[in-house]
Amino acid sequence: MPGPKHQSFRHGIHPPEHKEDTAHLAIKQFPFAPLLIIPFSQHIGREAVPVVKAHDEVIRGQLLAKADGFMSVPIHAPASGVIKNIGLVPSIQGTMVNGLYLESYPASTQEILEGNPCPLDAGKEEIIAAIQNAGIAGLGGAAFPTHVKLKIPEGTHVDTVLINGIECEPYLTTDHRVMLEQTGDIFTGIRYLLKATGAERAVIGVEANKPDAALMLKDNAPNDLAVSVEVLNIKYPQGAEKMLIKTLLNREVPTGAHSVEIGVIGINVATAAEIGRLLPHGRGIQERVITVGGNAVNHKGNYRVPIGTPLRFILDTVGVQGTLSEVFLGGPMMGQAAPGLDIPVTKGTSGVIAYSRDKNAPPQKIYPCIHCGRCVQACPMLLNPSQLGLLAKKNQYEKMADEFNLKDCFECGACSFVCPSHIPLVQYFRIAKSQLKKAQAA
Amino acid sequence: MDKKILQIHSSPHISSGAGVDVIMRNVVYALLPVVAFSIYAFGLAALFTLMAAVLSCLLTEHWLCKWSRQTTSVNDWSVAITGIIYGLTLPPNLPLWMTLIGGVIAVSLGKFIFGGLGYNPFNPALVGRAFLQAAFPTAMTTWSAAFGAQRFTSLPASTLTFPLTSPQYDSLSGATPLAAMKFNQQPTDAMDLLLGLTSGSLGETCAVLILLGGLYLIARNMMNWRIPVGIFFTVIVLSALFHFANPHRYPDAVFMLFSGGLMLGAMFMATDMVASPITNLGCFIYGALIGTLVVIIRLWGGMPEGVMYAILFANAVSPHIDRFIQPTPFGHRS
Repeated sequence: MPGPKHQSFRHGIHPPEHKEDTAHLAIKQFPFAPLLIIPFSQHIGREAVPVVKAHDEVIRGQLLAKADGFMSVPIHAPASGVIKNIGLVPSIQGTMVNGLYLESYPASTQEILEGNPCPLDAGKEEIIAAIQNAGIAGLGGAAFPTHVKLKIPEGTHVDTVLINGIECEPYLTTDHRVMLEQTGDIFTGIRYLLKATGAERAVIGVEANKPDAALMLKDNAPNDLAVSVEVLNIKYPQGAEKMLIKTLLNREVPTGAHSVEIGVIGINVATAAEIGRLLPHGRGIQERVITVGGNAVNHKGNYRVPIGTPLRFILDTVGVQGTLSEVFLGGPMMGQAAPGLDIPVTKGTSGVIAYSRDKNAPPQKIYPCIHCGRCVQACPMLLNPSQLGLLAKKNQYEKMADEFNLKDCFECGACSFVCPSHIPLVQYFRIAKSQLKKAQAA
Repeated sequence: MDKKILQIHSSPHISSGAGVDVIMRNVVYALLPVVAFSIYAFGLAALFTLMAAVLSCLLTEHWLCKWSRQTTSVNDWSVAITGIIYGLTLPPNLPLWMTLIGGVIAVSLGKFIFGGLGYNPFNPALVGRAFLQAAFPTAMTTWSAAFGAQRFTSLPASTLTFPLTSPQYDSLSGATPLAAMKFNQQPTDAMDLLLGLTSGSLGETCAVLILLGGLYLIARNMMNWRIPVGIFFTVIVLSALFHFANPHRYPDAVFMLFSGGLMLGAMFMATDMVASPITNLGCFIYGALIGTLVVIIRLWGGMPEGVMYAILFANAVSPHIDRFIQPTPFGHRS
């Protein structure tokens, strides 16, 4: 049980968890959609460069696009089939991006093409290259190329690898299931990670709402591995890397800096499991675990879904009840709303949440800021969202950045969640950031 | 699933639900026991005064919204709070025409002129009361005794005074505990103060009910407890200090705490979210400022009571407290 050992990060909120519907459901393999949509940029950084042509026949696991330099990861075929078209494909942002359509063969096998295995006793550089070649980008949602994180700058020493099993977003239970069902993969992944970073130990953080997962990890932790499992009090956004480092290690990442500068590398638990699952076989990512939930979904659950599966196929397969009003990728706090259903699941997608809300219900009325201070009490970065919101309304973006530290905001949504005036604060901050970026570029 | 329109908006896609109207409505609930006790203590006079206060505030806001072609904002409940609090600060036998004028001033000059809800620099109820204090000083300091025998059957003569004429008072006038102390050095029993068995403004008599209402709001996270705590803390410390130095000249801390409008002011007026600081530390400083001003005015001022002016001054200082007291962001401590 969580004890007084860990002083939690300050502020934060307790949104309803909604995890009870899917937390107990084992991961199920999802069928192949007849047409997969595969964007070349599913990660932060440069988009991958296609190595196949239209009408090529590809086998599951085959390389479709190679990494463009170090700040990029390759993309592998999630199913066997034929490349239908290379060009523009729809994306969650509502824009069209470079990618390809893959027509999967009916009755396609689950067989996977294997590459060059990476042995556990491989060197640092070899492991980092193998992780890049596997196409791994942070599966927690940010989709930052994992191998880039593991490349420790000269002269920096990393002592701890934090394995993030917090999963503080409501509805999502994928990390929970991965911890229960892929316990061995996680520890294998940790072996690779410790080797690649040169860190002395790994710490797995799990929130108290997943006691079974914490127990499973504790019971199966290999004796020769410097790993500990810590159970933490439930609080959103504890899964944010800066918050988790504060809670577990009581270290504060300085503003504008990366965690590596204070000797910590944070890796999502599902990412660690994928490393442990793929590297011994030299495979690339072809699928990922997502939670399909929300009140519009009939068969809620945790599914291992091929990358590129369109939302329409997912919702058709699980069944929709009522009128679909909203679909978003990720959790309800930080997830992105889908503009349509012809959007694929990508490497960073942790969930598909579909709501059916009464469309006749009036929208929440936006009142003026009444200065109640709830946002100030909620902000985990200890900012003043009320003041930022008032400045945003007056378009004083420079002042927001210079005097009220807008850049420290990572858009967790705690302020908007608690605001009794229902002011869309995070939306204001996103607009302010993009306007500042535009002004800087000009 | 085709031809379905999906709603798109920026995350987060859920919210905690409790809106401004819910908070405001709960403040009204917290005030109801105080209202009930004041009607019990002062009878029809209290009922009529409170009704006139609430009605004048509500109608002023409604008409001003209509006149400026906005949708009416009376249903956010904030003006109801203003009306009730304003009413509770008035003497029970105040002529109704004065009550009505003060209500119009409170909402128009205290709130609407600055832009309505969220923009008032001062607590509107106190702006209304301050106007009456300046315009009708005698009427605002003439008090009828609580628990008069005929309070449920007849109104005080002064209540129904014809507009713009001076009120005539019955013989039943009583000095407030603070006035008795200030002008006659005559203390009041602490138990009487706690239970509200004294004369005074409509809502300032029963400290226990006010505290209960405040505790309800604090428990529901609808009031920043650091404001009343800051006020109580400074009032207790300062008055105990002076009482210890000269017990004959200065009243003790218990008397200071439970007499006059301190309890009502600290719990329900100083805590107006719009006119108080946003950070916890700022709220405590703001409370401490109010407590200090109250002690200064009460002990050395020309008036027996100073809670209203103390809060209004602190309201004016509040934005400046916010300017200097800002949270230090995560990762900025070196």
